[in-house]
Amino acid sequence: MSGHSSYEFSNPVVKWLDSRLPIVTMVKAQAMDFPTPKNLNYWWTFGGILATMLVIQLITGIVLVMHYTPHVDMAFDSVEHIRRDVNYGNIIQKLHANGASFFFIAVYIHMFRGLYYGSYKAPREVLWMIGVAIFLAMMATGFMGYVLPWGQMSFWGAKVITNLFSAIPFFGEAIVTWLWGGFSVDNATLQRFFSLHYLLPFVLCALVFLHVWALHVSGNGNPVGVEVKSGQDTVSFHPYYTMKDLFAILVFLLFLFGFVFFSPDYLGHPINYVEANPLVTPAHIVPEWYYLPFYAILRSIPDKLLGVVAMFASILILFILPWLDTSKVRSATYRPRYRQLFWILVVVCLGLGVCGAQPAEGGWVIASRILTAWYFLHFLVFLPLLGLFETPKPLPSSISESVLAKQAAKSTAAAQPAE
Amino acid sequence: MSKTMNKIVKFLTTAALATTLASGITLAAGGGNKLAKDIDFSFEGIFGKYDRAQLQRGYLVYKEVCAACHSMRLVSFRNLSQPGGPEFSEEQVKAIAAGFEVTDGPNEDGEMFQRPAVPADRFPSPFANVEAATSANGGAYPPDLSLVTKSREGWHFPWYVSPFIKLVKGGGGAEYVYSLLIGYEDPPHGEEKEGLHYNPYFSTQWLAMPNPLNEDAVEYADGTKASVDQMARDVSAFMAWASEPKMEERKRTGFFIMIYLGILSVLMFLVKKKIWRDLH
Ligand code: HEC
Ligand code: HEM
Repeated sequence: MSGHSSYEFSNPVVKWLDSRLPIVTMVKAQAMDFPTPKNLNYWWTFGGILATMLVIQLITGIVLVMHYTPHVDMAFDSVEHIRRDVNYGNIIQKLHANGASFFFIAVYIHMFRGLYYGSYKAPREVLWMIGVAIFLAMMATGFMGYVLPWGQMSFWGAKVITNLFSAIPFFGEAIVTWLWGGFSVDNATLQRFFSLHYLLPFVLCALVFLHVWALHVSGNGNPVGVEVKSGQDTVSFHPYYTMKDLFAILVFLLFLFGFVFFSPDYLGHPINYVEANPLVTPAHIVPEWYYLPFYAILRSIPDKLLGVVAMFASILILFILPWLDTSKVRSATYRPRYRQLFWILVVVCLGLGVCGAQPAEGGWVIASRILTAWYFLHFLVFLPLLGLFETPKPLPSSISESVLAKQAAKSTAAAQPAE
Repeated sequence: MSKTMNKIVKFLTTAALATTLASGITLAAGGGNKLAKDIDFSFEGIFGKYDRAQLQRGYLVYKEVCAACHSMRLVSFRNLSQPGGPEFSEEQVKAIAAGFEVTDGPNEDGEMFQRPAVPADRFPSPFANVEAATSANGGAYPPDLSLVTKSREGWHFPWYVSPFIKLVKGGGGAEYVYSLLIGYEDPPHGEEKEGLHYNPYFSTQWLAMPNPLNEDAVEYADGTKASVDQMARDVSAFMAWASEPKMEERKRTGFFIMIYLGILSVLMFLVKKKIWRDLH
């Protein structure tokens, strides 16, 4: 980000401050005048939506902690105390719980946007990789947060997932004991999860800062996938995109609040309203919906260790995606074959999500295997090969050309009255 | 709007039933228990509210019948007079609470002592601990009912319709409690199980709770006839309130927030349009 005062300020206080710490210059350059491609569609609003969700989670979370007690004997009751006795506690608690789900909805859309428009390609590899790190941090945060209310699914979910590490050869058992802080999921586990659940969102904030920094070095991509060539192609971030993002954020919040206020338990598990009981195993142990595709990958492989490896690999593979995709063309709009593969991948991921919610038996296992295989083939085989064989459609020479072409098409369509 | 919604849900439900019957899959996750009867409770839907009189009757059923075995440890007497609940008057709540003894202490001499309950006290539990409750009930623990309508589901549908049905109809927790209470039947083929009772709505069809409701088990102050069906409805509504005592406040707040946000988004959209119009 810029290091020196480069604007002229009329206000003497601002001027004084800015010549010592050019923070006003930075905000003006990075958050207001920042040149942004003028053809971004609404899929580009999800970054702003995600930042909003992060803030909502932080605020609601910090308020919840004021009333929450991280102790196996009191955690469940303290969450009920929040819902029943704290002013607006039930709304704050539900906003945090549903907010986590919507955070993931937004991040999945944001990531698939990246996949569709090839946002991970040069010069945005590092931006993308920071994104993957953010995703991992989000998953860890969500997992530990779900344990805190200490319901049946909290407890058994924690147990199943931490137990995965026992698959590690030689050190497995020792690692699990170390994670638990004892020989079972117990008070020590709850307290460390609470500690880390409070810590990780701030790590997340730091990662988001790096993410946005990297974004402001390369500049935004855009749906056409041709880089910005001249000032003609861009508009200032403010007011064009501040106002557009705000509108999108409001609409997104409408959906979130719809769940918070009118169907607050829809995305949760009923059994988590039963306090954790190490002696009673629930009939079905399933993670939160946003982990289901990865859970399906885990269970699709008969060997525990390989299952764990496959599950982590399915995320880590995204780190090297910029080098797996050999095509120079970014946007799927100009890559007809890739576009088909993209949509198949969307269906595969949704299918994995469905499989992850089902008991691991019969047809569901077979389906998970096929889908898992496709997932890895997509990234490891199809993408590298496709770039070599696919003939992309001709690209427009610049962003403004493509915008003008679109407008021309629109006005001719408007000129000819519809039949 | 809610009428068309209902129609859509009916359609989905029948379609789901038809396809599952055709493919021979059992509907229930636990294995073959019946779907709960779909009751139209007053508290369903976006504008749904609890029926005060029903909650008051439901409390009576809980107190006179269920409380012999089940605790409701998260509910306090004072909740009974809070807005959005049974809304007994504060005087009534004082009187209700005074009818119970609770253990308090230690006093100056270090002794625990019994005193009449006050509105700030939680509902006292019938047994000292889980073990005592379990042993008194032939080895089955009568679960705490404070959250029962949220911790149980009344229906399970196949994965391809379930998300839509549950979005509109909810999980059916209150319907489950109702169905369980009216669902006791003679077991098929005259089968018998020691200490267990047949009920097709229970996950394993055999549960340790004996049929708790008999005709006129309570006498309603408002003169409503205490049929088994009526008591079952009332007590399940009461449990729904106990599980979600702030529901009315939540929906009311939500309603205003949605309107506010809705208007704000329209305005924001117009702002965005105006800013972008003169571009290109
Ligand atoms: C005689 C004691 C007794 C009385 C009275 C009683 N219950 Fe129960 N109840 C039990 C026991 C024991 C269980 C546990 C059953 C089992 O797990 O097999 C139980 C279980 C339940 C369950 C949980 C079923 C499930 O899905 O696990 C509900 C709901 C319930 N009772 C509601 C009520 C209501 C409402 C009343 C009052 C109308 C009531 N009970 C009265 C003993 C009683
Ligand atoms: C807390 C989570 C996140 C926040 C707050 C966030 C924020 C943002 C913002 C504000 C932008 C610019 C606007 C936009 O393009 O939408 C952006 C762009 C981007 N993000 Fe994220 N992001 C998050 C997570 C992720 C994840 C998980 C990934 C991928 C794994 C990712 C990959 C990208 C990429 C590649 C871009 C550039 C897109 C382009 O301009 O073409 N982000 N992010």
